[in-house]
Amino acid sequence: MSGFQEVKKNLFGGSASVSRQFGMIFTLVAIILLFQVLTDGLTLTSGNLIAVVSQYSYILILAIGMLMVIVAGHIDLSVGSIAAFTGIVVAKSMQNLDLPWPLAILLGLAVGAVIGAWHGFWVAYVGVPAFIVTLAGMLVFRGGNQFIGNADTVPVPEGFREIGAGYLPEVGPSTGYNNLTLLLGVIACVAVVWRESRARSTRREMGTQNAPLWISGVRLALMVGVIAFATLRFAGGRVGTSLPVSGIILIVLVLAYSFYTRNTVGGRSIYAVGGNARAAELSGVKLKRVNFLVMTNMGILSALAGMIFVARSAASGPQDGLSWELDAIAAVFIGGAAVSGGLGTIGGSIVGGLVMALLNNGLQLMGVGVDLVQIIKGLVLLLAVALDVYNKSQGRFSVIGSLTRPFRRQGSSPAAERPDSPSDSDRLPVRPLTHRKTSV
Amino acid sequence: MSAAPALLEMRSITKSFPGVTALAGVDLVVRAGEIHAICGENGAGKSTLMKVLSGVHQHGTYGGEIFYGGHEVRFRGIRASEDAGIVIIHQELALVPGMSITENIFLGNEPRKRGAIDWKVAQRRALELMEQVGLKEDPDTLIMDIGVGKQQLVEIAKAFAKDVKLLILDEPTAALNEADSRHLLDLLREFKRQGITSIIISHKLNEIEAIADSITILRDGRTIETLDVRADGVNEARIVRGMVGRELSSRFPDHTPDIGEVLFEVRDWTVRHPISSERLVCKGSNFTVRRGEVVGFAGLMGSGRSELAMSLFGRSYGVWLGGRIYKNGVEIQVKSVSDAIKHGLAYVSEDRKAIGLNLLDDIKTSVVAAKPAKIARRGVIDQVAEYRTAEGYRRDLRIKTPSVDEGVAKLSGGNQQKVVLAKWMFTDPDLLILDEPTRGIDVGAKFEIYGIIQRLAAQGRGVVVISSELPELIGLCDRIYTMFEGTITGEVARADVDPERLMTQMTTTRKMPVS
Repeated sequence: MSGFQEVKKNLFGGSASVSRQFGMIFTLVAIILLFQVLTDGLTLTSGNLIAVVSQYSYILILAIGMLMVIVAGHIDLSVGSIAAFTGIVVAKSMQNLDLPWPLAILLGLAVGAVIGAWHGFWVAYVGVPAFIVTLAGMLVFRGGNQFIGNADTVPVPEGFREIGAGYLPEVGPSTGYNNLTLLLGVIACVAVVWRESRARSTRREMGTQNAPLWISGVRLALMVGVIAFATLRFAGGRVGTSLPVSGIILIVLVLAYSFYTRNTVGGRSIYAVGGNARAAELSGVKLKRVNFLVMTNMGILSALAGMIFVARSAASGPQDGLSWELDAIAAVFIGGAAVSGGLGTIGGSIVGGLVMALLNNGLQLMGVGVDLVQIIKGLVLLLAVALDVYNKSQGRFSVIGSLTRPFRRQGSSPAAERPDSPSDSDRLPVRPLTHRKTSV
Repeated sequence: MSAAPALLEMRSITKSFPGVTALAGVDLVVRAGEIHAICGENGAGKSTLMKVLSGVHQHGTYGGEIFYGGHEVRFRGIRASEDAGIVIIHQELALVPGMSITENIFLGNEPRKRGAIDWKVAQRRALELMEQVGLKEDPDTLIMDIGVGKQQLVEIAKAFAKDVKLLILDEPTAALNEADSRHLLDLLREFKRQGITSIIISHKLNEIEAIADSITILRDGRTIETLDVRADGVNEARIVRGMVGRELSSRFPDHTPDIGEVLFEVRDWTVRHPISSERLVCKGSNFTVRRGEVVGFAGLMGSGRSELAMSLFGRSYGVWLGGRIYKNGVEIQVKSVSDAIKHGLAYVSEDRKAIGLNLLDDIKTSVVAAKPAKIARRGVIDQVAEYRTAEGYRRDLRIKTPSVDEGVAKLSGGNQQKVVLAKWMFTDPDLLILDEPTRGIDVGAKFEIYGIIQRLAAQGRGVVVISSELPELIGLCDRIYTMFEGTITGEVARADVDPERLMTQMTTTRKMPVS
């Protein structure tokens, strides 16, 4: 093991989620720094960071659901259409039925759940491939949006717009910053320290070796530094702005779903189903129920994303959510999920989504046209996954591989990156009859 | 025999992976026209050695020299070694299920005429090759429609289509029943008469003893010795000593059964095939298992043993038509796998890679996979408890791994099987059904697994062992049922076991008087 890997292992090894994201975070930081230079410092200004969050939060919310769908071995092409359909239903309900906006939000989530359950029914209980089911859903609900809205835009009221375009209120003494954002930053710092100490005590309890204390110190200093920087940027924007409400929704969802997928029986069964459906079934996992719930959940998150978008643009329109599914899927794969299922993390997908978002944003800041931005994004997706596949086949450190061991602590053994072990259970890379998973 | 010139000579081959030395100086001399067996425990380096030979590990990534047909060779891929006439047939067959026998035989090697595939020639040659390997089938039959024994023959025909000089078979009979195994071994002898040299890797020592001319034994990545079977008076015990470095006093651990009252009883269990509605795979099966008893199920492949087991385990196979299960005299409803687990049933499948394990998981996740609720509070998994559980089984079952954080895909077959056993032991079952628990596992690990089985029985659990190896059943079980074509044809107590009689009952539906 090289010295570099030794340091990496120590610095990022202790707490599980951070360690795996090392490679991806490295890429993200590189992109940020590159654009920071290319745009003469525009990228990291408060205004731009706030814009990025409010502009991409709904894609990242979709990426959360999409990660779980892809881990379970499916795909969902309908998320953009579900978002658009929910948006128009919610907008119409407020416009025509005078539904109060909080109830409209609940209605929207219910619509998403019903559509998701509809897809889940076909996928789980009838056995139609999700690709087909959601391709159908994509057409049906896009059409549904235009049918209900007469292919026209429908405005939404002020209160509703908060979830997409709102900011935290200004409270407390005048500090020159948004105080609530500062408070969130402090809470985040405390949480990170608490987590690190808990991780250390857990490792002690397990009887495994802890990294030296100074390593934990350096790691914490790095993380707290990043949080502090981000906090000051988000709190220090134009008066009246802060970390957007949609960003807060996103952070809550990321934390909740990360915990769910990693630390609960239910979350684990998703990985089990995607990793080997038959084995999962023979271990007592209720295959159909897992598939059903994963699709239903995707429907709910699509509805939420759609409502946030409608709130941000103040109206629901017939073109809402076009090709969002592709952005969400790209984020998940850049973030290290396997095409065949069973591998991938929420954290990885979020970082993957941020890579795409910052790339998009940076190119726009530089004045690159939409046409070229698309070409570049496409090539980045291809190269990111191709490089990882290549690295893996050469047995080198795999950026994405390091992201995709859902329940593993990094640095458990030098054998972790071994290309193949000299055991008899290992066969030549020919195509066996029972061939299963090839991860990206 | 030993006078024949060496066809292949591998000299002080070394190969290491980061952190592990797989081969630490292996010498192998294979003489032209012989059948050469390579023996060794899992992890001894057999597969790695074959990967070096076939060019999977390219020249330059390993140390040492390979001489083939008198010249040094440096293969840069499988293609190169195949062009030289070296063909490996793997345990997991490389056939395309949806293609016909002919198409598979010539896959990647199709006879052409002006750029297009010449199916007439292919068809004719396929028939010749099938004749050569004794495969009687329509060459247009799809691979998925023939049994695994015939698939093996298609693989060999495929090798012959490439003009093979050195045929390497990796665990060729592991998945075959007795009749197919015998046919395959006869075929190897026939090839020998035709002058084809073979290397065979196998854990079935009786087969090796019967067929090999010489045996090279590997241990810990080194050549321990090469035995000349004809000259050295080699027998199984001799081979085992070379493999494990000590004489195994008995192939089965000693134990005194402590058998209690009837634990499980199955009555009139009838199941039909999942697709073909008139085919019954279980015809009114009745059997009992007592506490502390190891009950064997003998039968040829396709006799319905696994189908019966899986159908009992939450109706995981076929369509249930009737039958009842009683536990401690009370009827229980087992309609799903979770019902089965709840009622204390466990099923260790015969194919641990395809349906027993999620190969993407690490060891600790796999161990708790069948009953995660046991280490979870309100659905949240207690990571410390999980780690400790897995650690406990690692020590207890002696799973060879640096850490329970390792992926199960990296373990050898024997250690994977121990993980599967741990997974089901963790559910604290009353009845364990073990389907081919030692398939593809080396002698040392087999012995350990027998020990685990007997320990489980000693704890007052019932154990059902399904196996295609009669000696294993006879050595391990207190009572043996025989099955043939979905019918339980007999029941023999340990004291009255007679292999020939068992074999008769395994091949006929005529009911034998219960002894």
